Parts: sequence; C-alpha cells; structure tokens
Amino acid sequence: MLSNVRVRHTLTHLFIISLGLLMLYPVVWMIVSSLKPNNMIFSDPGLIPKEVTIENYISGWQGYAGTTFGTFFANSLLMCVIAIIGNVISCSMAAYAFARLKFSGRTFFFTIMMVTLMLPGHVTLVPRYIMFNTFGWVGSYLPILVPKFLATDAFFVFLLVQFMRSLPKEIEDAAIVDGCSKIGVYWRIIIPLAVPALVTTALFTFLWTWDDFFNHLLYLTRPDTYTVSRALRTFVGDAGAVSNWGGALAMATLSILPAFVLFFSLQKYFVQGISTTGLKG
Amino acid sequence: MEIPITDPAKDKKRLIATKMPGIFRFFQRHGIAYLFLAPWLLGFIVLTLYPMLYSLGLSFTDYDFTQPDSTQFIGLANYMKMFGSVFGVSEFTTSTGELIRVDPYYMKSLGVTFTYVFVSVPLKLIFALAVAMLLNQKLRGLSFYRAIYYIPTLLGGSIAIAVLWRKLFEKDGLVNDFLGILGFTDLPGWITNPNFALGTLILLTVWQFGSSMIIFLAGLKQIPQEYYDAASVDGANQGRQFFSITLPLLSPVILFTLVIQIISAFQAFTQAYIIGGGRGGVLNSTLFYTLHMYIQGWTYHEMGYASAMAWVLLLIIGAFTFVVFRSSSWWVSYGVGE
Repeated sequence: MLSNVRVRHTLTHLFIISLGLLMLYPVVWMIVSSLKPNNMIFSDPGLIPKEVTIENYISGWQGYAGTTFGTFFANSLLMCVIAIIGNVISCSMAAYAFARLKFSGRTFFFTIMMVTLMLPGHVTLVPRYIMFNTFGWVGSYLPILVPKFLATDAFFVFLLVQFMRSLPKEIEDAAIVDGCSKIGVYWRIIIPLAVPALVTTALFTFLWTWDDFFNHLLYLTRPDTYTVSRALRTFVGDAGAVSNWGGALAMATLSILPAFVLFFSLQKYFVQGISTTGLKG
Repeated sequence: MEIPITDPAKDKKRLIATKMPGIFRFFQRHGIAYLFLAPWLLGFIVLTLYPMLYSLGLSFTDYDFTQPDSTQFIGLANYMKMFGSVFGVSEFTTSTGELIRVDPYYMKSLGVTFTYVFVSVPLKLIFALAVAMLLNQKLRGLSFYRAIYYIPTLLGGSIAIAVLWRKLFEKDGLVNDFLGILGFTDLPGWITNPNFALGTLILLTVWQFGSSMIIFLAGLKQIPQEYYDAASVDGANQGRQFFSITLPLLSPVILFTLVIQIISAFQAFTQAYIIGGGRGGVLNSTLFYTLHMYIQGWTYHEMGYASAMAWVLLLIIGAFTFVVFRSSSWWVSYGVGE
C-alpha cells in the first residue's frame, strides 16, 4: 500500500517536472542560444552550445540609431522607479479612503472604481493621445508617468483596499484616542502595516511598466528616449524580418533578467498579489 | 427627568456648522476623505470619464489629429464603415457629401479576435485547472513547481518572448527542427502560413496559464479534505468527486478568472503586433481588433474611426461580461448545499 503511494507520487513528480521542462524549453533555449555564434544558432537546436561566445551581447548592445542598450536600460529603470513611486503614493491614498474612512459617496465611488477595473483602456486612448499631444507631452515620459500619480491602475487600489480592510480597527482607534489625526493614522499606522501589499504593488508596477509596449510605442518618438521593450522591437523589421538574431536574443535575455531576479527573491508577494486580486499577471 | 449632557465646545462647533453653507459643511465633515481620494478622483475625471465621452463624440466625426480644423460631423458613418458589409454595402456617401468605402478588414479583425478569445481563454483555463489539481496533492517542492509554471506568465507579455516566438515557429525554427527529428517532413512556416499563424498566438497565450493556475490553486486549498473523504466513503470515484465537489466549490473562482481573461484577451495587442511585424500578418490572419484600431488611428490618422472602433469594443466586452455574469446563476454555486 505504502509503496503504491510512493510510486504514484514519484510518477506525479516526474510528470510535473517533464511538463515544466517542456514549458521552459523555449526560454532556456533563448538564453543558451544568445551565447552561441550567430551562424550556429539555428543549425543547432540543442541546449549545450558547441562554442560559447559573447559576440551577440556586444553586437546587440550597439542598440539602434546610435543609442546603446545602456541608455535603454537606464530609461526603463528610471521610468519604472517613478511609476512605482506614483502608484504606491496615489493608490495607497485612494485605498485608505475607501477602506478606512467614512464619507458620503463612498459606495458610489467604490463602484465606479471597480467598473474602471474592467474597462478596456482602448476607449480612452485616442482622447488621451490628443490631450497629451496638446500639452506637448508626446515624445516624453509624462503621458506614461503622470497617470501613475493619479491612481489610474485600479487593480492596485483594489488590492490595497482588500488588504487595508483586513487590518484590525482597534489600532486605529487607539491612535485616534491618543490624538492622532486621520493623516497621522494613514502615515504612521496604515502605511507601515500595509507594507506587504505595497511591495506587491511595487513589484507588479515594475513588471508591467518594464514590459509595457503599447504606450511606449505610442508616446516615445525619439530613439534616445526608448525603453528596453521599445528598443527590442527595432530588431524586428517592418516586414517582420530580423537581421541580427544573435543580438536580438542576447538583448531579449538581458531584458528578462530583472523579472527573474525579482520573482525568485520575492516569490511570496507574487503569489499573494495574484491570489487576492486575480491580477492578470 | 433626564438632563441632556452637553459639551460646550461641540455645541459651538455645531452652531458654526449650521451657519455655514452646505458645501462647506460637506467638506468639513468629509474633507479629509476627499483629500485622500483626490488623486484618484482627478485621474478618473481627467483620464477616464472625460476621454470616454470625448471619444464617443469623436466617433461621430472624421477627426484627424494632423488636421483637426477640418473635422466634420459625419453621423453614424464610422459605424457604417465597420458594419456596412453586413448589409451588403461596399461604399456610401455621408451627409457631408464624403464618399466612404466600407472597411474591408474590419469583419476580418473581428473574426480573428473572436476566434482568439473563444479558443485561447477556455484552453488556458482548462490547462490552468489541470495543472493546479496536479500540484494540489500535498507534494514536496510545491512552491518550486509553482514558480516553474509561473515563469512563462512572468515573461510572456514581454517583447523578448514575442521575438523568440517568431523565431521558434519560423520555417527553419526550433519547432520544425523537433518535428523533423520526429520524422515529419514538408513542414510549413507556422508564422507565415495564414492557416496556422493565429494558432501560434493562441499557443503563446495558453502557455501563460500561470496566474490562473495560482488563483485556482489558492481556491483548491480552501476546499476541506473532509468532503472528499466523505465522498470516498460513499463510493464516489475521482471523476464524480471532480464534478460534484471540486468544480462547484471552485466555480466562483472560475467565474472571476473567466471574466478577467475574456476582458484581457479581447484587448491583446503586443504579441500580434510583433509576430505580424507591425501589421496583421499573412493575409491579415493575425489582425487583432486592437491592432487594426492602432493601424487605423495612428498609421492612417483615422482617429474618429478608431474611436468608434474602441466604443464597439467596449460594448462587445461589456456584453460578454454581462452574459457571463448572468449565466453564472446556473453554474456558479456560492456555499455548500445549493
């Protein structure tokens, strides 16, 4: 009986591992191939390179239109940092109001916030573009970053509301008795307690901003302002042909590195974030 | 007799409050809350509500942002341009005397998108549920396995993976190398073949089942083991247990995931854009709705038309969300014993 269970478990493990390997194969292949000489990438589908070289990294790093990937990475990083600051401040403020304060219109606005959660972004696209164009913002990072300071990512407001609602009311009451204002409660009590949810917010803001392509395609017009995701697109020509596959795979590999590092160092925040809100990931 | 206890300070405050006009009183009472809500409220009004109404207005015009001064009101012409072919119309004249050709690719893009949504979403959810159940067996190394299966989702939305996908499914790509080893010959270039191009995109989407899997896994852990034990005692086999316990108890989670996935699938853009090389692919076989909208609005500057397309997309998504929620009353169960 016992050995029967053990056999079943071993088989399950084997199955899970093989399926996982199959799924990861493309990514592993990409990483390995980025280290192969350009002419051997496609003649050799195996995972162990016959010859290892970093020439792809050197040629890919040259970038596009005289701007190197050093600039693209710096741009992406800067954009992500500002986006995180914006989302953490604005979303936590809105969430505090929804979760912990009583005011007339709360239910009404909360309903609206939940509706915007499901609203396809495309319906606001053209007017936003026209508006940002009138402001002279097209070509800068403002059309991408200003909305972050206005809590437009309703997913995070929702995530933080869920989290803040679960915090015990007593701590807050004690602080108010001690003469703490509503602003003081937010800053000294709610924010420190909500750190796990704020980390999740920061994480997903980073990933989504890093991976975002559509907004970068619309608003970034000059190569020296390109982000990594916008710059990777330049490897693919207009007809879909790629001239420097080695360079493309090398830079693609570098571009997924931050996500990897963050995921493996902060895995529990990912799982928490996804399972409490059903984030689309 | 009861003497009401009064607090002079509070009385004074109330006195002042009643003397103030209503709007001040409102802010005195709720000001702090609205202070916290201000960024969101401003964002909602300026970046969501106003643009939505604005784009509805634009959808009745021929707005072109390179020449905004020549904008004309053209009524329902943009909508006719989309759906004209349904009525057998290929071109028509607007009230302003402009001759408009019915968009020959609109219906195609709608078809591509519907196929994509209706194939990729169910497959993704089935896969996610299957893997979640596989992992929900008190196995050692669960968090490691969960991480492995989440990696495609973690990376899948990036341009890097779209570029990789293009390479995998090309005629001399990795997939064909493997199929060649297995003895298949005469293999197509999957991306460049109009019959298979959409399939590769669907596969790319299904591959990213990770976040649905994590949600399902969290849901499965909520189901008490006693239910299964009791069912086993009563002689219910695994299949019966799945349909009588797992599915009903997981149905609220499935509903939620289904809605989220449908909404995001209708809006898919990036992967189709890269794999199609900035266009709709071979014979427009991967001309997603949003991609078509982008090309109309930003390549041809037909922003009035793009706005109309956006509103139709909003209505389509709204309709599907509504239908799924309405249908939930007969397939979603809240609580046991229903």
